[in-house]
Amino acid sequence: MSTFIDVLSLVAVAAGSFFFFAGTVGLLRFPDTLTRLHALTKADNLGLGLVVLGLLLQVDSVLAGLKLVCIWLLVLLSGASVSQLIAHYARQGEVRR
Amino acid sequence: MTDLLNIGLALLILGLAAWTIVTRELFVAVAGFIAYGLLLTLVWVQLHGIDVALTEAAIGGGLTGVLLIGAAGRLRHSAVALNLEVPSTPVRWLAGVVSAAVSIALGVCVLALPDPAPTLAHEVAANIADTGVGNPITAVLLAFRSMDTLLEAIVLLFALLGVWSLAADHSWGGRPGALQQVDPNGILAYAARVLPPLGIIVATYIFWVGADDPGGKFQGATILAAMWLLVLMAGLVDAPPISRTWLRLGLVAGPLVFIAIGLLGLYTAGDFLGYPPGFAKPLIVAIELALLPSLTLVLGLLLLGAPQRGMPQ
Repeated sequence: MSTFIDVLSLVAVAAGSFFFFAGTVGLLRFPDTLTRLHALTKADNLGLGLVVLGLLLQVDSVLAGLKLVCIWLLVLLSGASVSQLIAHYARQGEVRR
Repeated sequence: MTDLLNIGLALLILGLAAWTIVTRELFVAVAGFIAYGLLLTLVWVQLHGIDVALTEAAIGGGLTGVLLIGAAGRLRHSAVALNLEVPSTPVRWLAGVVSAAVSIALGVCVLALPDPAPTLAHEVAANIADTGVGNPITAVLLAFRSMDTLLEAIVLLFALLGVWSLAADHSWGGRPGALQQVDPNGILAYAARVLPPLGIIVATYIFWVGADDPGGKFQGATILAAMWLLVLMAGLVDAPPISRTWLRLGLVAGPLVFIAIGLLGLYTAGDFLGYPPGFAKPLIVAIELALLPSLTLVLGLLLLGAPQRGMPQ
C-alpha cells in the first residue's frame, strides 16, 4: 500500500514539475506579455497544485497537510492578483516587452 | 544526488552573480539580484540554516529587492547618461585588478580556515537549557550575543534617519511616498483587503514559534511590514506623516525596552543584558514582543522613503 502511495506521489510531483517546465518554456518563447502571463499562471496553479498533492500523500499530520494547502491557496491568490495587475498595465501600453 | 543538486545550485548562483554584474540594464541587474537572493535561500536550506533562509528570503530577496526596484525606477533617466560615461582604460584595469585581488584574498582566507572550524556550538548546546528557549539561533541572538541584536535594532533606526534626512526642507515632517491613486474596486484593493488578515496570522505564528523553531521577530516583522505596505499601495490608508508622536514613539519603543531590560540585568544578574536565573525566557519574549512593532514600522518606513508631501496642518 505504501509503495502505491509513493508511486502516486512521484507521479503527481513529476507532473507538477512538467507544468513548471512547460510554463518556463512558454515564458521564454511566447510572443507577448499576455500569453507569457498565461504560461506563467499555469505553472503556479497546476504545477504547484500537483506538487502539493504529491506532498500531501507523504505528510504525517493533518496540520502539516493544511499548511501545504494554505501555501498553495496563498500562491494562487497572489499569482492571480499580480498577473491581473501586470496584464492591466500591459493593456495600457506601459509594458513593452 | 544531493551533491549533484548542490553543485548545480552553486553553478547557478555563480552564473547569476556574474550576469547581475555584467548586464548593462539597471532593471535587469535588479531582477537578477532578487533571483540571486532566492537561490541563496535554497543554499541556506541545504545548510540547515532555516532561520537564515527565512531572513534571506524576506530581507535579502523581498525587502531589498523592492528597495532596489524603487531605486532603479528613480535612476531610469540618469542611468542612461551613466552608461554613456565609460571610464578610461587605466581606471577600468585598476578596478579589475583591485576586485580580483579582493576575491583572491577572500579565497585564500576561506581555504586557510582550520579544519575542524573553531566553534562555540558545544557551549551553546550545553547552556541552552538556562535560557528556556528551544531554538539555538534565538538563544544566541537574544541571550549569548544579545548585544549584537540590540545594536542591529538601533542601526536600523539610524538607517531610517539617513533615509529621512534626504527629505526636502518644505516636506520635512510630511508623509513619505507618493499619493496612491488606485481603482478602489480593482484587484490590488481586493488583494489588500484579503491578504492582510492572513498575513497577520502567519506573521504572529512565525514570531511565536521563533522560541523553539525557526522564526522570530525579524521574519514576523517583515511580513507585517509587507502587509502594511500592501494596504498603503492599494490606497486604502495613507502613510502617516513622520512628525506624528505615536510613530516616533513606536519606532524607539522596541530598542528602549531592550536597553531597559539590559540595564535591569545590571542589578539582577550583575551584567548589562544579563538575565536573572529563571527569568530568561519571559524577558526574551518581552524583548521580542517589544521589537516586533518597532521593526515593522522601521522596515515599512525604510521602503516608503523620505517624506515627499508637505507638512500636515
